[in-house]
Amino acid sequence: MTEPILKVEGISKAFGALQASKGITLDLRQGEIHALIGPNGAGKSTLIQQITGGLAPDAGRVVFGGQDVTTYSTAARARLGMARTFQISSLAMEYTVLQNVVLGALGARGGVFRFFRPVMKDKALLAVARDALAQVGLEEFERFRTSELSHGQRRQLEVAVALTLKPRAFLMDEPMAGLGAEGTQRLMGFLDGLRAQAPILLVEHDMDAVFALADRISVLVYGEIIATGTVEDIRANPLVRSAYLGEEDAEGVA
Amino acid sequence: MRRETMLNATLMLILLGFPLWAWSVDEPFLITLSTRAVIFAIAGVGLNFALGIGGLVSLGHAAFFGIGGYAMGILAYHAQTYTALAEWPVLIEGTKSMPVIWIVAIVASALVALGMGALSLRTTGVYFIMITLAFAQMFFYFTISWPTYGGEDGLSIYVRNGFPGLNTMDPIQFYAICYAWLVVVLFLVHRAAKAPFGLMLSAARQNGARVQAVGQVPYRLYLVAFTISGAITGLAGALFADLNRFVSPTMFSWQTSGEIMVFVILGGVGRIFGPVAGAALFILLEHVLGGLSEYWHVYLGAILLGVVLFARGGLFGLIAGREVAHD
Repeated sequence: MTEPILKVEGISKAFGALQASKGITLDLRQGEIHALIGPNGAGKSTLIQQITGGLAPDAGRVVFGGQDVTTYSTAARARLGMARTFQISSLAMEYTVLQNVVLGALGARGGVFRFFRPVMKDKALLAVARDALAQVGLEEFERFRTSELSHGQRRQLEVAVALTLKPRAFLMDEPMAGLGAEGTQRLMGFLDGLRAQAPILLVEHDMDAVFALADRISVLVYGEIIATGTVEDIRANPLVRSAYLGEEDAEGVA
Repeated sequence: MRRETMLNATLMLILLGFPLWAWSVDEPFLITLSTRAVIFAIAGVGLNFALGIGGLVSLGHAAFFGIGGYAMGILAYHAQTYTALAEWPVLIEGTKSMPVIWIVAIVASALVALGMGALSLRTTGVYFIMITLAFAQMFFYFTISWPTYGGEDGLSIYVRNGFPGLNTMDPIQFYAICYAWLVVVLFLVHRAAKAPFGLMLSAARQNGARVQAVGQVPYRLYLVAFTISGAITGLAGALFADLNRFVSPTMFSWQTSGEIMVFVILGGVGRIFGPVAGAALFILLEHVLGGLSEYWHVYLGAILLGVVLFARGGLFGLIAGREVAHD
């Protein structure tokens, strides 16, 4: 078996008396969707921030592509191919849709400190950008200003920008949030195929989506991973049922 | 043609036509007034590169304006007194050559901006404003208490510095030099704004987390923008000192920083040509209102309040529409 692209090894983080991460260990393997679920306040966002470099863990390491990146900045991790999407859409709102994806392609390619040639006429960047827009189905909106997009379209654009980053792994923080049934279905279909391109660590509240998509699931409760396994393992796990899914009927959870 | 493009063209034509008209009717004072407007416009375009595209609200650009001014003053002073600027380790003499002075002014203000930026860009918001202000004040008090170059009284340069093939003491010829610089600076800033750097810098202002997520570091972008911005304002300072044939610590004062910011706000933050309109309007108001009352700043204040409250896009926002074009 090939080495996991991302390994989180014994990460702990405390904010004062609050232990937000307690020795968390998990990994992301090639070709899989690994879902991270947990109730509100379980520490999912704190964990994501430590993986992407927004927060430094008190203990433990983050290994990405065989490199210990624990002390790397967010930007350095992104350049290694850690492509994230944000829980709350985080785009350059004054820009057009196309400019936002070109921004991603430019960031990944480098050569930012160039002052003379118009970037929006750079054929190589435009090709990467338009390809990403086409993959998420936004190609007809490239001239729209990002602030004019619907919530769902912004989520799609987030994913499109991540696609331009020469991704070796995706970290997606609740990409389905607020999408509605149809949008969720479409995105699920897309993510299903995307895992072949690069594995996805998926933080998601939508249990139907998680159970339908994930190869493995980790359950985070009060800063601790209480279980990791396949969908069947997680459904059958009594700890998970009592702590998270609710005891009556795990199948009925929406 | 887009309205903003038309406004830009109109503005540049007025700045070309008005002094030529003043020249034809032999009104050198009006040419000098236009020269002031053009030089202030260059300073404003410099600040707008950091403020408008990068969102860096610097209240310390007087530091660069003053350094450009003193680069001219010190070099010309040594040339007119036939004293060496430094004798060791190499002999450095003063100069009356404008191109040399410009290069020194640009390099010196860029270096100061680099150092100032490296420290102050670690802060944001109101702290950034206060730190840049404090740096400029340091230069202000330093020049006041440095008697070698005139201290509080400043430095007078008797003859304007020379440019090959031109008589720089002729107002219209000196105006031509300043106007040419404005065109060059506007062209370069326009290109930079559309280039990869401009795209990423503006994105950093809009959303720093986004820039990091695509693998870039906002601090580095800001630092380069601040350095370029300082260099442009430094060049304006050198031209301004040559216009007046005089430099004094006033160039370093916080009022100077404030005025440069007023050009940007009056014209329209983030519009490449905004500060040109702002500086021209400022000079116009100074001339017209200043003729009515020596307390004309009261009226300027009222107008500025009006712009900030009712026309956030400045003159450009009023005339060319609110949206800044991105294409």
